[in-house]
Amino acid sequence: MSKKIITNAWSRRDMLKASAATAAITGAPLFFSRHAYGADFLNNPGDSGVVTLGFNVPQSGAYADEGADELRAYKLAVKHLNGEGDGGMMNTMQPSELKGNGILGKKVEYVTGDTQTKSDAARASAKRMIEKDGVVMVTGGSSSGVAIAVQGLCQDAGIIFMSGLTHSNDTTGKDKKANGFRHFFNAYMSGAALGPVLEKNYGNDRRTYHLTADYTWGWTQEESIIASTEAIGWTTVEKVKTPVGAGDFSQYITPVLNSGADTLILNHYGKDMINSLTQAIQFGLKDKQVNGKNFEIVVPLYSRLMAQGAGENVKGIFGSTNWHWSLSDAGSQAFVKSFGQEYGFPPSQAAHTCYVQTLLYADACERAGTFEPCQVVSALEGHKFDGLGNGATEYRAGDHQCFKDVLVVKGKENPSSQFDLLEVVEVTPRAQVEYPVDHPMFAGGDLGSCNNGA
Amino acid sequence: MDALILQLLNGLDKGGAYALIALGLTLVFGTLGVVNFAHGAIFMIGAFCAVTLRKLLTISTQVRDESITLFEAYKEVPILEAKFPVVGSIIVDFSVPLAILIAIPVMLALGLLMERGLIRHFYKRPHADQILVTFGLAIICQEIIRHYFGANPIPQAAPAVVAGSANIGAFLGLGDNVVYPWWRLIYLLFSFIVIAAVFAFLQFTTFGMVVRAGMQDREMVGLLGIDIQRRFTIVFGMAAVVAGLAGVMYTPILPPDYHMGMDFLVLSFVVVVVGGMGSLGGAVLAGFLLGILQSFASMNEIKSVLPGIDQIIIYLVAVVVLLVRPRGLMGRKGVMED
Repeated sequence: MSKKIITNAWSRRDMLKASAATAAITGAPLFFSRHAYGADFLNNPGDSGVVTLGFNVPQSGAYADEGADELRAYKLAVKHLNGEGDGGMMNTMQPSELKGNGILGKKVEYVTGDTQTKSDAARASAKRMIEKDGVVMVTGGSSSGVAIAVQGLCQDAGIIFMSGLTHSNDTTGKDKKANGFRHFFNAYMSGAALGPVLEKNYGNDRRTYHLTADYTWGWTQEESIIASTEAIGWTTVEKVKTPVGAGDFSQYITPVLNSGADTLILNHYGKDMINSLTQAIQFGLKDKQVNGKNFEIVVPLYSRLMAQGAGENVKGIFGSTNWHWSLSDAGSQAFVKSFGQEYGFPPSQAAHTCYVQTLLYADACERAGTFEPCQVVSALEGHKFDGLGNGATEYRAGDHQCFKDVLVVKGKENPSSQFDLLEVVEVTPRAQVEYPVDHPMFAGGDLGSCNNGA
Repeated sequence: MDALILQLLNGLDKGGAYALIALGLTLVFGTLGVVNFAHGAIFMIGAFCAVTLRKLLTISTQVRDESITLFEAYKEVPILEAKFPVVGSIIVDFSVPLAILIAIPVMLALGLLMERGLIRHFYKRPHADQILVTFGLAIICQEIIRHYFGANPIPQAAPAVVAGSANIGAFLGLGDNVVYPWWRLIYLLFSFIVIAAVFAFLQFTTFGMVVRAGMQDREMVGLLGIDIQRRFTIVFGMAAVVAGLAGVMYTPILPPDYHMGMDFLVLSFVVVVVGGMGSLGGAVLAGFLLGILQSFASMNEIKSVLPGIDQIIIYLVAVVVLLVRPRGLMGRKGVMED
């Protein structure tokens, strides 16, 4: 008689199989939706009561003073967004969904980084803000090289980048990115605005000599100014690239004396501009007569901070600027008042563009109803607004460049104060500085599609 | 021809600055055996002596700026010029040359403090340690200046009487295009005078003779009962004064900022190496030589054949000189060869 033993007990093998199956079944949804846990985009603040912005500005290096002014503006913007202070340009911005209760009801906080005006350092600090501090947006900078580098990083990471002061055509040209937005004007616009003013003041027969900072911004500015001056009949005698931070430019200035040129175009910014302009004046260029005309110097991109550095040398010299504190429109006055009461002096153009970029980002989030980058991009693309100091403005969808009026300025002959160094000689209407998205100076890049980091 | 004369003057001018900084570097290296990376910072602090004096002379009262109506802004009215309009303006106008009087004691004190307070502790340490500590010191000096004066260059005007340009072309019977700023010519003359003074001091004074002997054989001089260390400390102070004065006089040429020392330091080290470590004559010769070469390499005619040559010429020359003459142009045997 055989005896069959029947047992219901699980073997060890069965237990192992069952455990593995259970783990696979319960774990699978988490694996496939690991980025969607409570969120569907990178650094979603979720249920948190705060949202963090990243202010990446030069806190050391040659543009540290400009970076300090940018940071002042960002702090003021955060204050206004959180309902503190007098509200500044939030009161004049049209249309606006901003309520003074943070962004989407979340209190705005910020972290800062030091770009050092070096692409590597700027990328490293932006990366730290994105990965460690969980920022939803990075903004700031005083150099096109830095802006292009950080814009690329933000695109790859899936974060919105609202650039600070960047004037190279490439930022919204061949290096444009779907996640990047520029409020500041560009080199093409400077050329388009300056051309007619130069023609009116200096005539149609001039011979120009260019000294150009040897990097992306200098190259595109030189190209833009040559296009606009040659369009009014001027000829270009020489184009000389100078190393960034050369200090002593005498060896580049002396050849101008014998070149037959009667106009020197300084495609320099910041410290380089202060040095090259000061030295050009020392070599007596402004006192020279060439080809029967007074020798003239043009600085296509001006800033008040630079003008302060160059002192009396800026007198009578034409240039262009994105914004100036002496503008009388309601938005500019509200900002100057708010900034002045906070810090005791008027803001620079770098401070203005950074403040505006922060408000524009916050407003886009409110309109989109989310911080999700792709929806914020959609809210910013083609957005038309006014009351932020530059008149009617549009964020063009095709390249994420703001289109607005451009200011042509001149170094003031008799300044009434240490801040009153530039006078606005013409407000060039937007139509005059506009160009198609596929303009040759901006060709070669692709906006691509937005990335939300998921 | 006009262009060549102008570039020669540019080169001499630039070379004057290189030579003055390199002279101090070589003096310190030749006597104390220290590779002083803080020497550029001393040049920068010298420049800021001029900035500080001007700031002191233009101390102002704040008056409400009526041109700004949106908020309470104030403009500054210099007290000295308000009280003594003529004399005050002249003193402010001559603030750069006057700063020399301030810079001499300040730089001497700073040099002695630096040597006694920090650098003497590193005499017997490897060169790498000396470089690290002096480089760190340079960064600390830079950041202190940036904290108090900001990052932007601060323009310093030359006295109005020499603010324009000299028409050298008319003087030499050339065209009107050969003009050169008066202040740069003064700087060139100044650098010749300072270099000559340093050489004369070392050559014709007892102190200088002892220092030179110490540079040759420190131990032997010590055995003769001479406190050579004390003299070398004074030499460090002297090197600081030379660099400081170079900085003061350079301010109308290059608006000073906190980083200007670092910009000159690297080039000056190349000058010292090309001239020969520890060779005073070599430092001066290489300073002027490299300044002139750098200026000529910036000429459009040369750049059109060799693009970018202006940015690498100094280093290119350094490589060639070190290949052909490993001790530099006037280097002595046995220096940094142990």
